[in-house]
Amino acid sequence: MPERKIRVMVAKPGLDGHDRGARVLARCFRDAGFEVVYTGCHQTPEQIAAAAIQEDVDLVGLSCLSGAHRALFPKVVELLRGKGADDITVIGGGIIPEQDFQLLYDAGIKAIFTPGASLDSIVEWIKTNIKAR
Amino acid sequence: MDSLIKKICAGDVRLASRLIRDIEDKIPEAKAKIKKLYAHTGKSFIIGITGAPGAGKSTLTDALITQLRKKNKTVGVLAVDPTSPFTGGAILGDRIRMQKHAEDEGVFVRSLATRGALGGLSQAAGDAIHVMEAMGKDVIIVETVGIGQQELDIINHAHSVVVVLVPGMGDEIQTMKAGLMEIADVFVVNKANRPGANQLQTEIASMLKLASKNGANWQTPIVMVGDAFEPAAFTEKAAELAQKIEEHHQYLIESGKLTERMHRKALAEINDALSFCLLEPIIEELTSTGKLKHFAEKIKNRKADPYSVAEEIAKNYFIRQDKK
Repeated sequence: MPERKIRVMVAKPGLDGHDRGARVLARCFRDAGFEVVYTGCHQTPEQIAAAAIQEDVDLVGLSCLSGAHRALFPKVVELLRGKGADDITVIGGGIIPEQDFQLLYDAGIKAIFTPGASLDSIVEWIKTNIKAR
Repeated sequence: MDSLIKKICAGDVRLASRLIRDIEDKIPEAKAKIKKLYAHTGKSFIIGITGAPGAGKSTLTDALITQLRKKNKTVGVLAVDPTSPFTGGAILGDRIRMQKHAEDEGVFVRSLATRGALGGLSQAAGDAIHVMEAMGKDVIIVETVGIGQQELDIINHAHSVVVVLVPGMGDEIQTMKAGLMEIADVFVVNKANRPGANQLQTEIASMLKLASKNGANWQTPIVMVGDAFEPAAFTEKAAELAQKIEEHHQYLIESGKLTERMHRKALAEINDALSFCLLEPIIEELTSTGKLKHFAEKIKNRKADPYSVAEEIAKNYFIRQDKK
């Protein structure tokens, strides 16, 4: 059986234009051997969900530094579910206070990485938890 | 399988994208699905967009999508970006320029990584086009990886080829060279607000005057497209580009050249399929049995030559096929 390539998407929902972190991650995922769809800043949850489905990615990594994660992250999960794409894993990162973690986990975000998380730990999480479908 | 084919033909994006993935990953079942799908393909108009990295292919593709949607055409886009030869990873970033169409159900954008292919596309591109054709897309835009002078696989897949150039890449000798400069049905001089654009236009025009027409009655147009950050003027130029591409499409139909191009496409498809069905399984088997290494050793030590080895491999393969 040929080896499946892991496809991931890195997206920035909302009005936050600080994409240095997202770009570093996209590059780091590339170097981990993943195919990385990078959609840039200022994306609506609707755009992100639609793109994730068109691209058939295994995982969507959301980055948000503006504080809107409580609204935007769960919305992406909800939209994917609504389109029958609940097999696409959603993880998040950025400036996210610890008291919000549970809310995001409950909403279906599978992992959260905040400043200080090593690139290796994020790649490791993906390699352990994501099996290319 | 029939219900899958039916759903894809009805435009199911999830299943279509998954099938493209199966083709990319060379899942054996994908071949059978394409066989079934093939009867539903061949009706879309296929535009190729090619040119150097950063020339503006994705931005122009985005602008073309807008123009085509104004005319209620459904659009499929295949956007190719390079795979790392070291890690196998890839950044697929063409989509950034096209995200405003993400929610439009009449537009399906799928990114592909080259995965080692050297012709400007990926090996899966041909079948990915077939999937989008089966979905009933009126127009399919295939954006190649950023290319140099001779990654020209696009001519085997597209009906009309747009070559995107930017000023400042060299003198008029560059326009004399074979390869990229010969394949354009429409030229775009992009970023034409920059110095050197008019000179580039003149150079292309004089190159075109000398070009062999080969029985063709098509004047290759040169569309000068300025700064994408000047939206009004840019949109006007994008409309001109869309118009020129459509004129070329009409020309292909009326002159009978479309049939010629479809014949060329069919030949390329046979070539690709032969490689997939014959060459790849043979190489795979030789690798897994260790014979490939053994042959390489023999050749390295001058105990054999590559042609004799290839003949022996082919003979053994066909003898075994006969026995099956």
